[in-house]
Amino acid sequence: MVTDPPCSVAQVLTPDSRVSLVAARGLVKRFGDFTAVDGIDFEIYRGESFGFLGPNGAGKTSTMKMVSCISPPTEGSLTVLGQDPKTKGPQIRARLGLVPQEDSLELELSAMDNLMMYGRYFDLPRAEIKRRATELLEFTQLSERANEKADNFSGGMKRRLTIARSLISDPDLLILDEPTTGLDPQARHLVWERLYRLKSEGVTLVITTHYMDEAEQLCDRLVVMDRGKIVAEGAPQALIQQHSTREVLELRFGMDGHGPRAAAVADLADRVEELPDRLLLYVGDGDEALAAVHARGLAPLSALVRRSTLEDVFLRLTGRTLVD
Amino acid sequence: MTTNTTASTEVTQVATTRPVQPTLGWAPWRRAFWYHATFWSRTWRGQVISSFLFPVLYLASMGLGVGKLVNHHSGGVSGVTYLEFVAPALLAMTGMQIASNESMWPILASFKWTRSYWTAVSTPITPRDLVIGKLSWVAVHVAMVGVIYTCVLEAFQTLLSPWAVLLPLAGVLTGLAYAAPIAAFTATQENEKSFPVFYRFAIIPMFLFSGSFYPISQLPSWLRVVVQFVPLYHGVAICRTLALGQGSLATTGYHVGVLVALAVLGAYLCDRNFRKRLEA
Amino acid sequence: MALASTLRVFPTGAFGSRRAVHMLERNTMIYRKGWYFLVSGFFEPLFYLLSLGIGLNHLIGDVHVANRAVTYAAFVAPGMLATSAMNGSMLDATFNTFFRLRVDHTYDSVMATPLSVEDIALGELSWCLTRGSLYSVSFLVCMWALGDTLSAWAILCLPIAILTSLAFASAGMAACTFLRSWQDFDLVMLALLPMFLFSATFFPIGQYPGWLQLVVRATPLYQGVALARGCNLGVFNWAMAGHAGYLVVMSFAGIVLTSRRFRKLLTP
Repeated sequence: MVTDPPCSVAQVLTPDSRVSLVAARGLVKRFGDFTAVDGIDFEIYRGESFGFLGPNGAGKTSTMKMVSCISPPTEGSLTVLGQDPKTKGPQIRARLGLVPQEDSLELELSAMDNLMMYGRYFDLPRAEIKRRATELLEFTQLSERANEKADNFSGGMKRRLTIARSLISDPDLLILDEPTTGLDPQARHLVWERLYRLKSEGVTLVITTHYMDEAEQLCDRLVVMDRGKIVAEGAPQALIQQHSTREVLELRFGMDGHGPRAAAVADLADRVEELPDRLLLYVGDGDEALAAVHARGLAPLSALVRRSTLEDVFLRLTGRTLVD
Repeated sequence: MTTNTTASTEVTQVATTRPVQPTLGWAPWRRAFWYHATFWSRTWRGQVISSFLFPVLYLASMGLGVGKLVNHHSGGVSGVTYLEFVAPALLAMTGMQIASNESMWPILASFKWTRSYWTAVSTPITPRDLVIGKLSWVAVHVAMVGVIYTCVLEAFQTLLSPWAVLLPLAGVLTGLAYAAPIAAFTATQENEKSFPVFYRFAIIPMFLFSGSFYPISQLPSWLRVVVQFVPLYHGVAICRTLALGQGSLATTGYHVGVLVALAVLGAYLCDRNFRKRLEA
Repeated sequence: MALASTLRVFPTGAFGSRRAVHMLERNTMIYRKGWYFLVSGFFEPLFYLLSLGIGLNHLIGDVHVANRAVTYAAFVAPGMLATSAMNGSMLDATFNTFFRLRVDHTYDSVMATPLSVEDIALGELSWCLTRGSLYSVSFLVCMWALGDTLSAWAILCLPIAILTSLAFASAGMAACTFLRSWQDFDLVMLALLPMFLFSATFFPIGQYPGWLQLVVRATPLYQGVALARGCNLGVFNWAMAGHAGYLVVMSFAGIVLTSRRFRKLLTP
């Protein structure tokens, strides 16, 4: 039996003894005529790291706003921490941490003051917030700049401070909307490393992203979203195995078009995708396929053999790329 | 202190695993209020000089300087010196000034630029808490400045009635009659373009034509009708009654009624518009 | 070499270039969308003039200046003209310049083009002046329509207003380069407000005790007010040459300081 979490919010035990924190059935969000989220079902369990992968405009942020009990669903049922967001919004939000897509720090205030202010929203005693804030600034490697205005921080530091802020209430569920969008590679890795530590400490994470590497690194389980709908669900590796081949051979030819070449190599692969700048050959063994391409006298400008990724899964399922 | 008791009762139930839990506590809006208070406490220094200096300068220039011209020619206004006439209007004008400044750029910033309202609604705070927190902060802000100004007016010996101790409250009421409707308007705006125009075509004319500098009997009759719809006019009238001890209960009740009605209507619209925007 | 640095300190024909016009074009383009904002700036002094004219003319009766009795509105109007020249150009020169210098980094991107520091300073100044002149012309027309112009010499109020604009714009722009944050703008307002209230704008300088009169006479706004009032009355004296000289020196010093500070900040 899982120990009951120490809050008044009821938990729902599923038959396989996983604790369900979020359950959505037929969730719909409309803005006027526009349907941002079009009837999706998903369930998020305690202790896992759950991802929403999809391109910009797939409906991820709208879903996050519903899960974080800010925006009410237009249709469908949603249960967060065992309660209905319509009636128990404030109670549920007291147990959630949210890292929004756009930074919303108080730039005129110091890092410490930002955490103090946010902690007060949860009605925590000042001394307790101070104690937690000190710990969290340590955790996010911002201790040395605790008293500096957030305005002076780099993009990566602001993100880390936002993450520290979202943890001030010691939430049962941490929701991260595009946590590393707009960060340089080094800053991204620093954020990932911190999130990975949270995950290993058992914090339940919900992450939206349009970066397949982020989804693969951080998520135990994810749903792939496109145009408001869920098109696939599962663990990253399982999704890749299910929807793609083991390896991919990427071929670049000159500027005179890939079309004719695609036909010429079609029989070498399970599937061939033609992108504006390259051909993707889905194969079991990339090197073998490349040798075959050369044997046919085709001379690509460049060739690359790599493993299949979630990007390939998305391309397979929707015919489009994740990042355009 | 109440904060800690509320928190600790809930803590005892859960003390086994986690030391302190977030609570909903009493009146969540007060946390939205503290947001503004905290913010102000970090940035007030620049304003304090002007807070003291402005009423002194204003009274010296309009009250004493122009007053000398008026008293010389007309022997004062409405039975008092010109200084005594213009001084109380300062409270209502300040209420309008602070309230309109607080309800335009800062609110839009909280929606669009700092996004601090979005931050707040991701916590147990609701849009209604934000509205109540904001309006109560405006009230406290006006009251603080109002107390200072009332002391300055007393130093200039312009207060003729003990009712003058209520002047800061009259300022607060005027402030709310502005803050609530303007905040409701701001909550529907996507950019700041309308603010300078509103400032120049509404706030400045109201400042100039609402009987602050001369009795509205000087105005042409059509303007006297228009002025009845201007909150500042009612605020100035209340302040003058309190400071000079003139005026009847009935007219004062009318002025107070208009301001209360505006504040209540504004607060209702605010609540609606904040919710519409934040829960979209 | 020596000549070049001399020219830098004492700008002559070599100061800036024709390219400064491009700064003007930039601002015109920016404001094409916010034209109503530009237009609205004209109404503020007009509202003051109307309100004080309607309300206080009757309460105050005639004001005596230069041995003439004039209505209160006719007394206040030139003061409002000078004040609006000051406010208009100061706001443009400080707020907008600060925004472009520190927040938007507009000037940094302009520095990557053939424009020089002097071109930027000159271009921005001429923008302030264009804007200020438009306001002054329309205000003068309103003054005339309301019967507050007292002589044909009132037309000279226009160059006076432009000179006042120039003096405050160049000084304001120089001051603005020293400001660190938006909070520092309280200091700007702290300088403008007393001048607005006390530079003989609302009541004659004769009401002050002697020593205070000296202080008021030393403020830059008083120069503009006194000049405009004299021109409106058509009464001239040698002191007015002094007022004009004051504003010219102030403009000149402001421009030199501005381009120096711009050079320091933009070409570190």
